[in-house]
This record gives sequence, structure tokens and C-alpha cells, in this order.
Amino acid sequence: MDKQRRKFLKIAGASVVAGIGAPAIVKLTSSPALASSAGHAPAADVHGGHVEEAPKGVRLGMVIDMRKMEEQPGQLDNAIAACINAHNVPQFPDSKNEIKWLWKAPFENVFTDHSGYHASNKITDTDFAVLCNHCDDPPCVRACPTQATFKVKSTGIVAMDFHRCIGCRFCMAACPYGARSFNWQDPRPYIKKYNKEFPSRMKGVVEKCNFCAERLALGKEPACVEACKGTGAITFGDLNDAKSELRAVLDKEFTIQRKSTLGTKPSVFYIV
Amino acid sequence: MYNKGTIIPGLIIFVLFVTFPIWFNGLTTAGDLPKPELPPGGEKQCVMPADYMRANHMQLLNEWRDNVLRDGDREILEIDGKKYPKGLQMACMQCHTQKEKFCDSCHTYAAVDPYCWDCHLTPNEAASKEATH
Repeated sequence: MDKQRRKFLKIAGASVVAGIGAPAIVKLTSSPALASSAGHAPAADVHGGHVEEAPKGVRLGMVIDMRKMEEQPGQLDNAIAACINAHNVPQFPDSKNEIKWLWKAPFENVFTDHSGYHASNKITDTDFAVLCNHCDDPPCVRACPTQATFKVKSTGIVAMDFHRCIGCRFCMAACPYGARSFNWQDPRPYIKKYNKEFPSRMKGVVEKCNFCAERLALGKEPACVEACKGTGAITFGDLNDAKSELRAVLDKEFTIQRKSTLGTKPSVFYIV
Repeated sequence: MYNKGTIIPGLIIFVLFVTFPIWFNGLTTAGDLPKPELPPGGEKQCVMPADYMRANHMQLLNEWRDNVLRDGDREILEIDGKKYPKGLQMACMQCHTQKEKFCDSCHTYAAVDPYCWDCHLTPNEAASKEATH
């Protein structure tokens, strides 16, 4: 009897040691290439470092030249009006319901990581044009539980499929730029004029700028770019095309991005 | 038979009640097959044969939606020289300009309530606040 108990305890002890040790041994012996293939991005890439690895393929972007925008007062209002007309954006009287595709905001709200201390009058007095940044690493896309918002591989646009939006507003919480708006009520009564080639939205759906994907498909420029045509206030193009007009502007001028330290890699640049 | 006075009227009421769907459809117009109004412009050609469209238009619309929004495939279909940009408002409403007389006639009959029109504009709705730009 005693002998059997001794034997049982020995076997049990050995099994416990083997059970705990085996995964460690498996891990050690597996090839390092396999172990590191779990999809960790290089650390430098995550922190929005000074030298960013450029994504491949077409990546649409925009430079907003605020100097030229200021030269012609009303220029930005024209662009905003063009956007509203093109996308059936409702105009709610109460600003807490505001639907924002392209809108105006003061410097300290737009560039929160830039100090406004002793900023020039020009900067403190101007309203900046703000829109979805179509980030290369968009936090809204990660937050969306239904993939209603997603990155279009062929253009770099952060697009939305309104059909799939369930109105959870996770994307609004995730977006550091406040570029997403929620329809708290039926927007139709607040749409001034309908564009019959674009739908409206319904209550309970989030919406934002889509870089005029539907116009681009027809070979047109985005509505805001078209509204500012000839002034050079907005330059639109492919960030990865070295010959594009956009790249010419970026190569020549000093530009800043909104909250670049967050590492979302915005596609919208500003000249202030 | 006991209680003849109660049982026979009771049976009659029961039979009438059970056959309600049959005689109600016969007496009223509720059971008539819907007759969707064909395009006012007299177009005969659609993107697919009528039989296919009747049975599968919802799948086709879902495919178009995914093509356009997900895959960025906005290729304009061209059939017999007529161009159909993929989309409910863009393609379908070119010919079927009367949603109320075309879509609704069958949808109401079949008691289906598609949510297309929560967002998409019917030509009538769009015309109510016409953009002038």
C-alpha cells in the first residue's frame, strides 16, 4: 500500500513539472522567425517619428494654405457651402447637433499641440479649415465594431459605409480630431437643398468627410478643392506621387499636421 | 340535440371566423396582385432581364453597394448605349422615377419595409428641395 502511494506521488510530481515546463521548452526551441512574426510594427513607426515610413500605393492628401485662404475672405465659406451642397449635410440650428464635414475652428482647437503663446494676430484671428485627416493609421477604423468605417486600400481614403453604421459612436470617441458627427435626429428637415446624386443620412448614423470619393470616381476634384480653384488655397493629390502638384507644394513649403505626435499620420497638411 | 339555439349560431360564427382570410380577400382589394407602374418614360431595357430583377434586385443592390463603397469599383455599366452608374439613386431612379408607384406597390403587398429610403432620396423627395448649384 505504502509503496503504491510513493509511486503515485512520484508520477504526479513528474507530470506537474513536465506540464509546466513543456510550453517553455516549445517556445525556446521554435525558430525565432516564427516567434516574432506575430505582427508587431517596428517601434519607431508607432510613435510618429521624424522619419515616417511611407505607405505604398496611392495615398490621397491635401495641403491647406491658410495664407491664401485669408487673402480672400469668404473663400473658406464657399468651400464649406460647396461641401454641404455636394453631400446633403444638414444644418442643425443647435450647435451641439452640428454635422461637420468641412468646418471652421480656431488655431488653439486645431493645433492643440502647438503653443498659442504670443502667437501672431494673424493666427489668433483666423478660422482654420478643418476636415477628416484621412489618417494612414486611423483610430476610428480600429474602434469601429462593424467595419462601417474602413481604409480604402486603393486611395488611402478613410471611407464610411453608412449602411453598416450602428451608431455606437466608438469612432467619435476614438477620433482625436473631432471629425465625426452623429445624427441625433432625422437630418432631412435640416437639409436646405438636395443633391439628388448623393444620399442623405438617417437618425443614429455617424458621418464625416469622404474626400469626395464619389466625385473622384467621375474624374472631378473634391467639392472644396473645386470651390477654391485658382486661389491655391487647397492643393489636392497623391502624397506618394513624386510628380504631383501636392508634392511640389510639400517639398517647397513648411507644413504642419494636426496632432502629429499621436502617430495617426494625417494626410491633411497646413501652411499657416 | 340539446342547446341547438346556441350551438348552430356558434358554429356559423366559428366557420366565418376561420375562413376570414379567404372571404376577406375575395370581398376587398387586399389580395389583388400588385401592378407596379412601369417607367413613365417607356423604357423597356433594364440592367438585367425583368424576371431576374423581380426576384433578385435586392441582391444586385447589395452587390453594387459593396462594389462602390468597399471595393471602389464605380465602373459605369453600359447597356445598349445607356449608361447606368451603380447606385439606387443613380441608375434605378433614372427610369423608375416614381418610387411610390413602382417600388412601394410590391413592397406594401409583401409587407416588407426596406430601409433604402431612410437615406436614399426618391426623385420626388429630391425635387422638393432642388439643388441649384
